[in-house]
Amino acid sequence: MTRELIVHRAGPGVTVQDMGRPGYLGFGLSQGGAADRLAMAEGAALLAQDGRTAALEMAGMGGEFEASEDIRIALTGAPMRAAIDGQRIAWHASHELPKGARLVIGGASAGSYGYLHVGGGFDTPETLEARSAHLAAGLGKAVAAGDVLPVGEDPGHGTNQCLSVEPRFEGGTVRVVPSLQTDFFGSDQIARFESAEFHRDTRGSRMGVRLNGAEGFHSDAGLSVLSEVVVPGDIQITGDGTPFVLLSECQTTGGYPRICTVLPCDLPKVVQAAPGASLRFRFVTLEDAVEAEARAARHRDSLRAQRQPLVRNPHEMRDLLAYQLISGVTAGNDI
Amino acid sequence: MTPAKTDMRDDWPRIHTVGVDGMLVSFGQRLSEPANRAALALRAELERLSWDGVEECSTSLVSAYLRFDPLHLPHADLQARLAKLTSDRDWYQAALPEGRKLWRIPTVFGTDLAPQLEEAAQAAGMTAKEAVTSISSTQVRVQTIGFAAGQPYLGELDEAWDIPRQTELTERVPEGALTVAIRQLVLFSVSTPTGWRHIGQTGFRLFRPDSEVPFVLRPGDEVLFTPTDAETLQNMREGGPDAGATSEVLK
Repeated sequence: MTRELIVHRAGPGVTVQDMGRPGYLGFGLSQGGAADRLAMAEGAALLAQDGRTAALEMAGMGGEFEASEDIRIALTGAPMRAAIDGQRIAWHASHELPKGARLVIGGASAGSYGYLHVGGGFDTPETLEARSAHLAAGLGKAVAAGDVLPVGEDPGHGTNQCLSVEPRFEGGTVRVVPSLQTDFFGSDQIARFESAEFHRDTRGSRMGVRLNGAEGFHSDAGLSVLSEVVVPGDIQITGDGTPFVLLSECQTTGGYPRICTVLPCDLPKVVQAAPGASLRFRFVTLEDAVEAEARAARHRDSLRAQRQPLVRNPHEMRDLLAYQLISGVTAGNDI
Repeated sequence: MTPAKTDMRDDWPRIHTVGVDGMLVSFGQRLSEPANRAALALRAELERLSWDGVEECSTSLVSAYLRFDPLHLPHADLQARLAKLTSDRDWYQAALPEGRKLWRIPTVFGTDLAPQLEEAAQAAGMTAKEAVTSISSTQVRVQTIGFAAGQPYLGELDEAWDIPRQTELTERVPEGALTVAIRQLVLFSVSTPTGWRHIGQTGFRLFRPDSEVPFVLRPGDEVLFTPTDAETLQNMREGGPDAGATSEVLK
């Protein structure tokens, strides 16, 4: 029997994602990969597997899935309403998905991108050494009803563990560093940018999100800036003055000036901001940024150790009768 | 003074940080042939050196870019090494990459396939016919591959083509669209929104992920966009991903 995940239903933005394709920038192909890298690390920690293991990224809503044999799953990123055979299951947690059971993942209650990880990872074919769909480059395609996704062998074991996750699903203040084109903007523009409250546009993609709510920003360089290197996290100001935060599937070069760059460790907060969520930006020094990245790396490394047993509410335990509730009961005089 | 001379003052090349984990060596503020060659040559050397902590290199038009791990290679160390490397030799005199090709790519100029020819010609102070002659007779060089997979920035066009990008984005240009701004052409490898004006349409596939050569053009290659009509282009499209394009080795 092959290990597979059968897709009965899928939202419009469900794709297989890993850490993308580093090394092709010089060929114009951005790294891509999971929009929320921290969610990938959390899923890998919950299943105690490699952080590059491919998972399903679900934009806004999930779908309905069935496993061809018993598999382990973990749910991370934007919390979504999830159930196995009608029984609610916890987010930011790992679970058994028994063969034939229906896993239903609904809409996000906060944030934008949820993740479904499987023990052993998705074993779909690689293109240019990765499994990530990179729709902007025409690599791979969205997962749809009727798809059957191969699942790799799972050497690991253990489920029913959870992580308590720092909130990053409601927008908030995001740290940025000056970048190579920050000087194209006058100090009045920078000050206004830093004091503005933005709202994530309702449209948004893995390439970037538009920030609404402030009067347009204008660089002194105009529209004839030479196209220059673009990296995820860059905040680009388009011709009409609107800021866009560029994300994992962004272009590799661009001619619109960049006012600053979001710290990689704060990017999940931008990625996960739901449509309309409030975002503010605060400049920090490069030294502070490197220190923040070091802290974030330590945090990712400690995730496995932070796992806690999932405390289950007996009222929601679907298999209560299967539990051996009376073992260990004694007469009480045998200390 | 030409831009190239302006750029070769003492304060170029310049080293900038890019975000938290990138560094850029820029050889000029404006595009020039020597600055473009310098960027390509420096990138080749950085790839040869492959310093510990450096994860990836690329070039833009006039710059070489490095992505690195700042937790293992401090910014100050990398900057010092780059400063030494760039002052060690005159990168502006570097040779072009080896094994360059000349491509002839059949192109439909204007018509409903490329609706902004008239508008772009007007911005350049030409009639549409003059614009087609000007573009199709210029052998342009791939200055960099960027923005999207396999997608070339080509130049340099005649000064008349120093026209800005549009203020508003065009909702979508199709794959194979030939576009113009700031004395450059971009041939789109994907369908995407853009601020560049759409003046020609080709059927050339620049990114072929399942082929042995996924990325067809290389920096340093040269291209002639040869005029054709819509029906001929359609027939050539059916003939495969080159859509009538041919190449020869440049000597």
